[in-house]
This record gives sequence, C-alpha cells and structure tokens, in this order.
Amino acid sequence: MNFPILSSLILLPTIGAFFLLFSKDKNSNTDKYVALFTSFVNFLISIYLWFLFDPTSSSFQFIEDREWLKGFINYKVGIDGISILFIILTTLITPLCIISVNNKIENRLRDFLIAILLMESLMIGVFCSLDLVIFYLFFEAGLIPMFLIIGIWGGARRVYSAFKFFLYTLLGSVLMLVAIISIYWMSGTTDIIQLYELGIDTKYQNLLWLAFFSSFAVKTPMWPVHTWLPDAHVEAPTAGSVLLAAILLKMAGYGFIRFSLGLFPLASEFFTPLVYSLSLIAIVYTSLVALMQEDMKKLIAYSSVAHMGFVTLGIFTITQQGIEGSIIQMISHGLVSAALFLCVGVVYDRIHSRLIKTYGGLISIMPKYSILFMLFTLAALGLPGTSGFIGEFLILMGAFKDNFLVAVIASLGVIFGAAYMLWLYRRVVFGKLINKDLLKMADLDRSERFILLSLAIPVLFFGFYPEPLMNTIEISVKNLIDMYNFNLNMYSSEVQQ
Amino acid sequence: MNNLHFISPEIFVSLTVMFLLILGVFIKNSSNLIHNLSMIFLFITGILILNNPLETNITLFNGSYIIDNLSSYMKALTILGGVVVLSISKKYLKISNIFLIEYPILILSSILGMMVMISSNDLIVFYVGLELQSLALYVLASFNRDQLKSSESGLKYFVLSALSSGLLLYGCSLIYGFSGSTNFNIVAQTINSTHYGLTFGIVFILVGLAFKISAVPFHMWAPDVYEGSPTSVTLFFAIVPKIAALTVFIRFLYIPFINMIDQWQTIIVFLSITSMIFGAVAAIGQKNLKRLIAYSSIGHIGYTLAGLAVGTNEGIQSSIVYISIYIVMNLGLFSCLLMMKRNNQYFETIDDLSGLSKNHSVLSLSLLIILFSLAGIPPLAGFFAKFYIFKAVIEQSMFFLAIVGLLSTVIAAFYYLRIIKVIYFDEEKEKYDTEHSIWLKISLTFSTLLILLYFIFPSKLVEIVSRINII
Repeated sequence: MNFPILSSLILLPTIGAFFLLFSKDKNSNTDKYVALFTSFVNFLISIYLWFLFDPTSSSFQFIEDREWLKGFINYKVGIDGISILFIILTTLITPLCIISVNNKIENRLRDFLIAILLMESLMIGVFCSLDLVIFYLFFEAGLIPMFLIIGIWGGARRVYSAFKFFLYTLLGSVLMLVAIISIYWMSGTTDIIQLYELGIDTKYQNLLWLAFFSSFAVKTPMWPVHTWLPDAHVEAPTAGSVLLAAILLKMAGYGFIRFSLGLFPLASEFFTPLVYSLSLIAIVYTSLVALMQEDMKKLIAYSSVAHMGFVTLGIFTITQQGIEGSIIQMISHGLVSAALFLCVGVVYDRIHSRLIKTYGGLISIMPKYSILFMLFTLAALGLPGTSGFIGEFLILMGAFKDNFLVAVIASLGVIFGAAYMLWLYRRVVFGKLINKDLLKMADLDRSERFILLSLAIPVLFFGFYPEPLMNTIEISVKNLIDMYNFNLNMYSSEVQQ
Repeated sequence: MNNLHFISPEIFVSLTVMFLLILGVFIKNSSNLIHNLSMIFLFITGILILNNPLETNITLFNGSYIIDNLSSYMKALTILGGVVVLSISKKYLKISNIFLIEYPILILSSILGMMVMISSNDLIVFYVGLELQSLALYVLASFNRDQLKSSESGLKYFVLSALSSGLLLYGCSLIYGFSGSTNFNIVAQTINSTHYGLTFGIVFILVGLAFKISAVPFHMWAPDVYEGSPTSVTLFFAIVPKIAALTVFIRFLYIPFINMIDQWQTIIVFLSITSMIFGAVAAIGQKNLKRLIAYSSIGHIGYTLAGLAVGTNEGIQSSIVYISIYIVMNLGLFSCLLMMKRNNQYFETIDDLSGLSKNHSVLSLSLLIILFSLAGIPPLAGFFAKFYIFKAVIEQSMFFLAIVGLLSTVIAAFYYLRIIKVIYFDEEKEKYDTEHSIWLKISLTFSTLLILLYFIFPSKLVEIVSRINII
C-alpha cells in the first residue's frame, strides 16, 4: 500500500480548517497565513501528483480502497487523466482566493477561511471519488459551506440568492440519489470501475440518465435552470464567485463525462439532441442576455452560462476533439472566469459599484489593471494564443464532425461572446473619464498583481502550448470513447439478433 | 418462575417508582434528591437491560411477553432518552418553578409503561403498557399547571388520546373476535386473511398507533401539545414515546399480520407520504421553535414509516436506524433550546435566534450542524438515516414513495435553512446566558459530535441494528 496521496489531498484543507476553528489568536493575519499555507502545500502536492501521474495508462491510478459501509460501499478514490486537471485547478484557485480576501472581509474572516478550506476538501473529493455514493456525499456536502459563503458575506440580496442556490441544487441532486440507489439495487455495487465493466441495464438507462441530468444540469447550469447562477454570483463575495465559477460549475461537466457518458452510453446517444438544443439555446440566448447587462458580475455570470453551454455541447459530440476541447474549455474557463471575477472585485473594492456605467476611462489611471483585464477579456472570447481558443476550437471541430448545423449555430456564440466581452471592456476601460470618484483609485497592489499574474501565466502558456494538458487527458478520453462505442455496438448487434 | 430475571429491569423500575414516591412523602424538600436518585436508578436499569445475553429470544407469561434483540435495543434507547431528559431538565424545572418530586416519578412510570409496550407480545399487555405511559404523559403535559397553555395542552392530549385509545381497544376486540386470541403468535397462526373483520381491526389499531406517533392525519394534537408543555416535557414527547410506539408498530405489523401485508401496506404508505409532505409544508410558516419541531417530527415519522412500509427486515432495520439518529438529533436540538436563556427566562421563537452566531459561536455551530443533519444533507448523520430508508424502499421498487420522500426533503430543507438564515445572516440581539449545567453541555457536545462524525464509522450502528431480525 502506497502513501495515500489522494486522501491526504482531501484531508489536508480540512485539517487546516480544524486548526483555524480552535485558534484563539485575535490576529486575523495568522489565520490567513495558516489557511494560505495549507492550501499552498496542497497545491504543491497536487503538482507533484501530476508529476507522478502516468499519462500513458488508461486505467485509474493512485487508487485507494477502504471498507466504509460494511459489505455495501467502499471508500474508493482514484484519478485518471481527466480528474487530475480538475484537482490541480482546484488547488490552484483556492490559495488565490485566500490571498484575494486580503483586508476585504472584516467580519468573521476566520469563519470565511474555514468555509473556503472545507470547500476545497469537498471539491477535490468530488473529482477523486470512484464510488457513486462517495461522489454524492462530496457533491452535496459542498452546498453547506457555499450556502454560508453567499449568505453571510454576500451583498444585499444574499439571503434570497443563498436560498435559491441551495434549493435548486438540492432539488436536482435528490433525484440523482434515487438513481444512485437504484443502480445499487440493480447492479449490486456503486463502484464506478465495476459499473463500467458491468454496464447498466438498457431498459433503465434513459430514466437514470435523466435523474443524473437533473442534478448536473442545475449545477452546470444549463438553460432553463440557470437562473440561480446570476443571482448567486452577483451576491456572493469575490472569493465566493471565484470558487463558484472556477470549480463548482466544473463538477457538473466532470459528472457528465464520468457518469452520463461512462455509465449510460445508450441514453447519452438517445438524449444527445436534447443536450445539443439546450446547449445551443444557452450559448445564443445567454450571450444575448449578457449583452444587455448593466452589472459587471452579472454579465460575467451569463457569459459563464454560455461557456458552459460550449462545454456540454462538446461533451455530447462524443468525439475525441469535442471531449478534449470541453475539458480544456473547463480548465480555461476556470482560470479566466476566476480572473474576470477578481478583476471586477478589484474595482468593486475601490468604489463599491458593480455597475458598468460608473466606470469608464480606467486606462489612464489603472494601466496595469487595464492590461491584465484586456488579456482575460481576450481569453474569454477565445483569441488564438490564449487557452480559451484551444477549448472552443476543439469543441467546434468536434461539433462539425458530428452535426454541421449545430456547429454553425454554436459558432455564432463565439461572435456574440466577442461582442459582449469587448463592449464590456470598452465601456469600463476606454472612453472618457467622467466619474470624478474614479480618480482616487489606485492601480493594482502587490497581492492583486500576484493573483492576476498567476492566472495569466497558465492562460497564455496553455494557449501557446496546450501539449501538457492534451497529453494528460488524451488516453483517458480515448478510453472513454472506445468504451462508449463498444457499448453502442454491442447493443446494436444485440438488437439485430 | 426461573425466567423472572429476564424482566428484572421492569421489576426494578416499578420498585424504584414506589420507593421514590414513599421517599418523597416522608422527606420534605426532596425534589433534588429524588431527581438525582431517579437518574441513577434509570441508569442502573439501562445496565440491567444490556446485561441480558445477546441473541436471547424468550417469551414469558404464556407467550404474552417477549424479550429479544428488538426489545433490548429499543428499551436501551428509551432509557437513554429518559436519562438525558432527566439530566438536562433539572435547571429548566427549577427556573420554571416546577421542580417537584412528581416529575421524575412520572417520567419513570411512563418509561415503565413504554418498556411493557416494547416487550408486549399480546394485545392486552400492549394496551396496559400503553395506558400506563399515556396516563403519566397526560400529567406531564400539563405539569406547569399555573400556565394556561400547559393545562390546555394536557387536556387536549388527554381527550384526543382517550379517543384514540378507544379506537385501538375496539380494534383489539375485533381482532380477538375474528382470530380467537390476543396473543400475537397465536393470531398469526389462526388468521384467515379473507375476513374483513380482521382488516377493520388492523385499521383501528393502526389509527390508534398513528395517533401515538403523531402521523398525519392523526397529528392534530402534536403542535399544540409540543408548544404548551414545558420544554423538557416536549423533549420527552418528541423522542421517547415514539420509540415504544414504533416497536409496537413493528411487532404488530410483522408478527401477526405479515401475511396481510397487501392490506396494511397501502395504509402505511399513505400515512408515510402524507406525514412527509405535511410535516415539510406546514412547518414553513411556524414562528415558535417548539411548534416547528412538532411539525418536523411529524415529517421524520413519515420517513420512519416509509421504512416500515417496505415489508422486509432491511426496512425495519432502516426505520430503527432512522429513529436512533433522529433521537440524537433531537437531543441536540433541545439542548440548544434549553440554552436560550436570559435573566431566568427561556426563549423559544425563531426570532429569538436572530444573529446568534455573533455572540455564541459554538452554540450556533452546533445548531448549524444539527439543522443541516435534520435536513438530511451529507455527510451528517441525518443523511445516512434517510439513505438507509430510501435504500430499503427502492430495493422493493417503491419508487413513488422514494421520490415523494426525497422531494419533501427539499421542501423541508427550506425551513431548516430559514432557521440557519436567522442564526447566521440576521442582525444580532442581546446575549444569552453563557453558564449552563454541565449535563446540558455534555448532551449538546455529544450529540453534535455524533452527528458530525457519524460518517467516519457509518457501519457501527447498522451492525448493531442488523441483529434485529423480526421476520
């Protein structure tokens, strides 16, 4: 038995949170250093994990298997090329979130840090778990800290948003719970690796797929159940929005790949048109909605819905390019949307307004900010040379292979995306400086620069050289598609007989 | 008579009740002494129960009294509830000026009644136990007799409970009439399921039992009684009688009438679904915490019944696991309620919790954990309780019940969230007292830790409960 590296990744932030809970120190800086230290160590471990990871193997690695509920469920974690990227994304974003709370949250800083660290544990757990029940446990438990983050430290309508977030997600998830128990009832196990081999009874696949879909669609969020997202984003504190956009939304995309495609290939094939339509509506409709927003955070929130529409589209093309593109798009969106929310946070902290019309002409007073903001704007609209381009390009390529019309409509979304992002940038950064309050605003301070730069580097690096990402996921995705096609072929030959 | 040691706990409790009663008459101002003594004696009773060798399955008194794993487990749970109630209610009673010798004695005698119910294998024995516990509970409900609400709740409980006892007795007579015996095992052998008389008998008895555990549509008494009774009595109401009634439910349905499952299953499913939905919906508008707990307990009873409706050993076990976890959660919740005290006055509305987290971080954290657990959010104990229930339900393909149940957890989550919102998001109010009795602190800490850390060793409780095989 090797060192349980995944469990320590999951546990470490919780241990940090535990220390914070009992710290009696009045000095809030100590708390921050403890939290920062824990999450940074976690980041290093996850990088080391990537280093150890063998991208040429198609099976799950670093598997830990312990008896948990006797004779029924085992605590089983393990990773493949798909999950490791999400784990690294999580461990990268969390320390940045912790740095970003610098002096901005006065009230109950310690509780806030505890909530963020617990979130990190749970999110890593989601991406590692190889058992449906364990997955559900991590997936659902994340609601508690997020509810508190939005509700305690959020803006004016935080209570409404927190409730909406919680109840929407819970409603979607309970159906998934029914499906998970039904799977156990039919197959006698909830272990994902075994289920991949056993397959799930074709008669029930459609119903089960819908139950999982109800949960993932809410979390993604797909149109028409996306309405919680703008509310939650707008009211959450900056660090909360970042966590939500960068990682929480990715749980659903990950879930689609791991469970919907992996466990229910027939149903996925059957429901592909549904997912296509919903994704296209999300891409076109929410892009148009984003054009009309006056609140910066809301605009970025809607753009997230549109980007996630690309992701779901890419996943259900079920082509190598499409799925790889979706994964890279998710990673890229994780970095870029986090950065954009932080950019909004930067100006919001200075004059406490998120309305676009308050700003204008920032370029003359905040040049460094404007440059970084420009970079992330361009990454969000998918300019070649940024990571956003790779994802969108691959997704569209996969879509063209599968369905020409769908791809054409989706391409429209790219144009709209450029429109709303560039227009946002123009109104905020360029133009005449009319509002005199803006003159007091200082440019980025050291920690803000550090955060944005550490997000900018991977965005540019993977934009020019996506090879490390592609290498990591290639075999796993290929394996997934092979399995998918194998199941489909087997079914069709059965039907012929 | 050489089997008499099997009922030594019951004998011990009855002797204790009489002894304490006499002691109370002869020694003046002995409330404190009697309270402490009753705690100790109850504790000893608990040891006596656990002292019975495992895997016993013994019937006494011509088969009318049964000692098995189910009875031992449920009695131990009852005693646990009783000891905790007694230990954390002392200060409350003192402050409310009702620190009288009758209180522990009444609790003991109702526990005696419950123990008889739990072990009964005969309709008459069961009825005797039921009446003993009910009589004590009537008095307990109106224990704060100077308060209008308390007297009202006692009277209300008495009238409605008497009605339900009447129905129950009528059901017993029907069953006796159509099967020729009151003993569960003999009834099981002689029943002729084609007879409508038996079905009527079952229905009447189920109505009476549903009343005792406050399942919809026989729940009307619960909110008023919970609100009106002194808080420590409400705690007792909320947990202990439910254990006994649930045991009788299990025995009654699964020993004599297991072959008539087609007939009673629909009834239990109906009771379960209506309780789950009603408990969730009706609690939304409540302002008083005790009333809210009443509705929430109605909802939880719905889930417990869902496990019973299944008709397998697994279903029964899941119900028992559910009620055990439910008891721990309620102990924690009421400990919090008993800590909301300022200048010798207790507070019990939701608004009084406003901004609690700013001044009382530990108390609010515990409440947070308990409430999320009641709402059934993983990884807390309440989730596992629901998980077992739904696993048992789905394994019998009762998808409708499962989906309704899970959807009502979403509705129920709303009102638990509302309390959390008041605690964490709202403006703070005056501080509460921070000095509490050591028992209260222990009870709160233990229940919170059990709920929080349950997921580390989730199979321990299940292992114990899985020894209970009825069918």
